[in-house]
Amino acid sequence: MGMTADTQFHVLAVDDSLIDRMLIERLLKTSSFQVTAVDSGSKALKFLGLNEDEQRKADRVSVDSNSHQDLEVNLIITDYCMPGMTGYDLLRKIKESESLKNIPVVIMSSENVPSRINRCLEEGAQEFFLKPVQQSDVNKLKPHLMKSKVEEEEEEDQFNNNKRKDMEEETIHQIEPEQKYSS
Amino acid sequence: MASRRQIAAMKQSLFDQDYLDEQFIQLEELQDDANPNFVEEIVTLYYRDSSRLVSNIEQALERNPLEFNRLDSLMHQFKGSSSSIGAKKVKAECTLFREYCRAGNAEGCKRSFQQLKREYATLRKKLEAYFQQARQAGPFEAARRSK
Repeated sequence: MGMTADTQFHVLAVDDSLIDRMLIERLLKTSSFQVTAVDSGSKALKFLGLNEDEQRKADRVSVDSNSHQDLEVNLIITDYCMPGMTGYDLLRKIKESESLKNIPVVIMSSENVPSRINRCLEEGAQEFFLKPVQQSDVNKLKPHLMKSKVEEEEEEDQFNNNKRKDMEEETIHQIEPEQKYSS
Repeated sequence: MASRRQIAAMKQSLFDQDYLDEQFIQLEELQDDANPNFVEEIVTLYYRDSSRLVSNIEQALERNPLEFNRLDSLMHQFKGSSSSIGAKKVKAECTLFREYCRAGNAEGCKRSFQQLKREYATLRKKLEAYFQQARQAGPFEAARRSK
């Protein structure tokens, strides 16, 4: 399947509270995640937007598909209540983006409001954690990441298989009409 | 210097008297050899970060009439941080304050806030004393899980 033992997942954490950022960062690092923590939805989008450019650059320049692994975000975990762009707003923007919509998003909130939770899940959030977030919550994240990783790799395999088939067909086409084909 | 048993007793009384709750234990479990002072660091940051909120609330309480929505919003933030470090009594006062906000009870808000400040200050003193003793006893005590 191509997954190395030391594959590290990169989580983008979004929370306007300094204390909660410190806490979620520690929780995630304890589970061996790589973490980037930002204090607003707009900063999160900026970070993800920069990622997009880096990925495009990497795809053009190098053959090695892992060259942009450092910057790739595998999961976003965001607070719901934030000034300006709420976690829900951020979730929607991510799900509306062609390049970002497949990144799993988890919402955190200090308030247990069923309608809020349902709204987020309906909008595509994978999980909803009640604050303060616990280690047991963070332990639920790996399966979502593994699933995304498998789906991503299956897509890549499919893509590569199709590419190879196309190339083979082209080669055959070249050989048949023109006997002076040289490799 | 306090013995390990005295330090453990100090900590236990903080739980028994409801100054701290289960969340504090969660914080301790996040400590390891690489991060042996995580709890003290986050508590220190809490007091530094929330002092700004406390003075904002104080100023807001001096206005006439009170802006209950704004007060509620500030207190929501304060409650969140307090909850994240396991500050049980402080958190309870935050909840009470918010109830007064929603009821539009200005006197209740002011009274509750005075009590909140007392709890907040008391907890700080107790935790500072606890951390100081724990540090003197050595990193083993600070990092050890409590059951």
